[in-house]
Order: sequence, then structure tokens, then C-alpha cells
Amino acid sequence: MLELNNLKVTYGAIAALHGISLSVRSGSIVTLIGSNGAGKTTTLKAISGLLPVQAGEILYDGKNIAGLRPHEIVARGLSHVPEGRMIFANLTVRENLSMGAYLVRDPKIVRRDLEFVFATFPRLQERVQQISGTLSGGEQQMLAIGRALMAQPKFLMLDEPSLGLAPLLVKTIFEKIVEINRARGLTILLVEQNASRALEISHFGYVLETGQVTVQGDSASLRQNAQVQSAYLGG
Amino acid sequence: MNELLQQLINGLALGSILALIALGYTMVYGILRFINFAHGDIFMLGAFAGFYLAPRIATVLPLPSVAGALAVLVISMAVCATLGVLIERLAYRPLRKRPKLTVLITAIGVSLFLEYTGQFVFGAAPKKFPEILPGFAVMHLGHLSFNSNQIVVISVTLLLLLALRFIVLKTRIGMAMRAVSFNPEAAALMGVNPDVIISFTFALGSALAAAAGILWAINYPSIDPLMGILPGLKAFVAAVLGGIGNLPGAALGGIIIGVTETLVSGYLSSTYRDAIAFAILILILLVKPSGLLGKKEVEKV
Ligand SMILES: Nc1ncnc2c1ncn2[C@@H]1O[C@H](COP(=O)(O)OP(=O)(O)O)[C@@H](O)[C@H]1O
Ligand SMILES: [Mg+2]
Repeated sequence: MLELNNLKVTYGAIAALHGISLSVRSGSIVTLIGSNGAGKTTTLKAISGLLPVQAGEILYDGKNIAGLRPHEIVARGLSHVPEGRMIFANLTVRENLSMGAYLVRDPKIVRRDLEFVFATFPRLQERVQQISGTLSGGEQQMLAIGRALMAQPKFLMLDEPSLGLAPLLVKTIFEKIVEINRARGLTILLVEQNASRALEISHFGYVLETGQVTVQGDSASLRQNAQVQSAYLGG
Repeated sequence: MNELLQQLINGLALGSILALIALGYTMVYGILRFINFAHGDIFMLGAFAGFYLAPRIATVLPLPSVAGALAVLVISMAVCATLGVLIERLAYRPLRKRPKLTVLITAIGVSLFLEYTGQFVFGAAPKKFPEILPGFAVMHLGHLSFNSNQIVVISVTLLLLLALRFIVLKTRIGMAMRAVSFNPEAAALMGVNPDVIISFTFALGSALAAAAGILWAINYPSIDPLMGILPGLKAFVAAVLGGIGNLPGAALGGIIIGVTETLVSGYLSSTYRDAIAFAILILILLVKPSGLLGKKEVEKV
């Protein structure tokens, strides 16, 4: 469904991604793990058009989407839940979800998606009229994911959804990710520093180190991989 | 007492006009984080649009008349909205990724360009704005007397503020404006095309400035190509006073400056009337730099 071929991204003169390649099969959860500064966020931002691509291809359903602008990429069904959540704190919960559905013109679909989001995250329904800046961190993460789901995505990118959350909430968020993947057949690219959890729920994984893919494999085998264990699983 | 109320009404009328201009500064700042110094000249162009439109409208509608005045107002607003969009396209958009200072200097350049082109095209000498509203009626309310034009200024402003409020709070594009203003990157990830929002913001701000120009010209019917400079600066101060980027703040700031200026020139000395706004600016920068309704931008982690 999504394929990166030799993707290079630079910040000014400094290269952040030195030509990475990866592929995400339709319907799967693929995780991209790596320590701070490895280039995970840069990868997602390049895919969603927030960063210019220096070289290489981003093939989505076989078409190169590199060079398109973010709003054109969302329109093709790629949704990005950014690092730090980036909810619109000045808008209500309801308005944030409406922003997610910005490109969806059919009110019936919007209503149906809203029901799905509320069924997935009942907390959001209780707080629809609340200004979202007043939500807790966990609720803001739910809102960020819910908002992305409102865009009718076929491909969902999540950037460290567990960051800064209490362990119990981390567990919930990961369960929800699996649920969304199953219920909607949504393909997911999950960026995480919490490698053990990410490898538990994903089908395939890539390890990113200083802008390069160093290890890849199905998630079960990565969990057994000695190198991965010592560097990312605290083993 | 009557005298004071009278002055308040005068101040409110002036303040309304400043508020309408201030909104354009603050909206553009909210979206692009830069001060469009050419905005005061859009106010001037609004008045001139009305000046040139009035005789043409007089051929189809009676003038002076309410319907005719409304037509002058609405078409001038549309003309300036288009101009505002064009200015952004041609002058500012190519510099979108450049340092803010570059854009700021460009805005000053655009302002000078509009003023000198105005002098060249319209002539530098002041022109008399035609009477587009019937009768310079003086109305009596108890002991108070005020002319109908002030009522028109205040009520048209009120209607425009309500319309703006509706657009910003209740429509899809208004919601997108608020989203872009808060976080343009996140808004882009929702599918918002920033160019559309920026164009719309310039259109809206310029239309309000044009309305201010017409209202000004109805009250002070002598117009010239440099007439936008001082009201433009005062409106900018109003926007800063209210908290730049904050819409109710801009309206409030405009009213405060208009009323203060009128009261000071009425009771103390009219010599300093144009300095009032700047005294207020210095004061607000010292006491509360974020403005009356402005918030410090806090990021929630
Ligand atoms: N805006 C930026 N300007 C310059 N360098 C950046 C910027 N953002 C990230 N980087 C650098 O790019 C590299 C990758 O960063 P990032 O993609 O954020 O890593 P990760 O998400 O894996 O923690 C790091 O070395 C980081 O310092
Ligand atoms: Mg990151």
C-alpha cells in the first residue's frame, strides 16, 4: 500500500534520512522504532508532505506522492496523527473532530464516523462541548486519533501516541490502535519509542538509527532479535 | 452630562471605524504572523471605490438613498476584497517562506505604492465624497442630538461585526481560519489548503477596511490618497491594544482609541488628538505587551 524507496530528507545542509526504504502492506500494522533523533518523525512528516523530499519515492497505491502538498495527501486517504498531538486547543472537542472531517462533504458519512469515534473513545463524547485545551494528555491523544479517523483515512500514521501517558493509558491507546486496525481494516504505520508494546501489536517492524534502516523483519522475529532486545527492549 | 454623551457618541462612531480596520490587521496577523502595513491604504481605496462607483450606481438606483448607499458599500467592499486578495497573491505569497522582516518591508513598499499610485491616478488634491445617504438629519433624543450618519456608522459596524462573528465561529471556513491561526501545520494535516484560507482572510479584512472607508467618507466627506495613513496607524495600535490576533480585542481596541481620542480632543486639547493612540500604544507595551484580551501563547505538552 505504501512504499518508501531510498527516501532522503534534509534539514538545510544536514541530512536526517539517508535514503530509507520500507513498505507497508495493506491492512497491516507496521511499526517504526528507534531512539530519539533517529528520524522517525522526519519520515512521517515527509510522507504527509510537511517536509520536502530531497530524493527517492513515496509510492502510495503505486503512485508517487512525493512533492504533493499536505492537503492533497490527506485527500488521498493518508492521515497523520502528529507527534505532540497538535490538537487545536482553542477549539472544542466537537470542532476538532469537524476539522478532521474537513474534506468529507457528505454529512451522513461525518455522522457515521463521529459515532465510530465516540464508540471507540466514549470519553470524547462526554466532553464534546469542552475547549480541547482543557483535556488531559490522554484525552488529547484520543482526540488526535479520533480527529484523524474523521478524515476517512485508508492509511493512518501515528507518531508516538504513547508519549507522556500513564502506563494504564498507554495500554488503552495500544488496544484502541489494534481495534481500529481490525474494525476498519485500516492500514497503520506506528512510530514508537515504546518498542516492546509496538512490536506486540504490529505485524512487521523497522528499526531506524540515525536516518537509516538497520534491522527489519516481522515483529515476532524482531522481539527475538538479540540486537533489538539489547538496544530497545531493555534486555 | 449631555455634552459627555454627545462626545461618547462621536467617539463611538470614530471607534467603530477604527475597529473595522483593526480587524483586518489582527486577522492577517492571526493567520500569517505579520503586520500588513498596506492595510490602511485599502481603507483609502474603499473610499475611492465608493467615490467612483457612486455616479455609476446613480444611473440605476436613486442616490442619495438607503438602497443606493448600500449598493455603494457592498460593491466597494467586493472591489477591495478582490484587491486585497490580489495584493497577497502578487506581493506576499512569493515571500511566504522568507523571513518575516522581508515581508514587512514589502508591506511598507506596497503601502507606498498604493499611496503614490493613488496620487497619480486619483490626483493628490482632496475630493469631495458624494452624498449617498439621504439628509444630514439631526435627530433628537431627549436633550441629545446626533446626526443620522453617526447612527449609520455605529449600526453598520455592529452588523458587520455580527456577520464576522458568525463567519468565524459558525462556518466551515471560519473554523479552518481558527485552526490555521492556532497551528498551520496541524490544519494542513486536516486537509486545509493554507492558500485558500489566506486569500479568504485578506478578502474579509479588506472588505471590512473598505466598509470603514465608506463610513469614514460619509462622515468626513473629503477624501485623498493619503487619508489611510493615520487611521491605519491608529487601527494598528487598536489591534495591538486589544491583543494582536484577537478579534474581539481588535474591536474593543478600536472603540477605546476612538472614544479616548474624542474625549481628549473635546475636553483637553485637540492639538494632541493624533498622539493619543500612540501614548496608549506605549502604555500598553509597557504594562501588558500581549494586549487587553491577548493571551501569551502557551503550548500544552
Ligand atoms: N526542524 C529541524 N531542524 C533541524 N534539524 C532537525 C529538525 N527536526 C529534526 N531535526 C533533526 O533530524 C533528526 C531526526 O529527528 P526526528 O525525525 O525528529 O527524530 P525522531 O522522531 O526519531 O526522534 C535529528 O537529528 C534532529 O535533531
Ligand atoms: Mg519524533
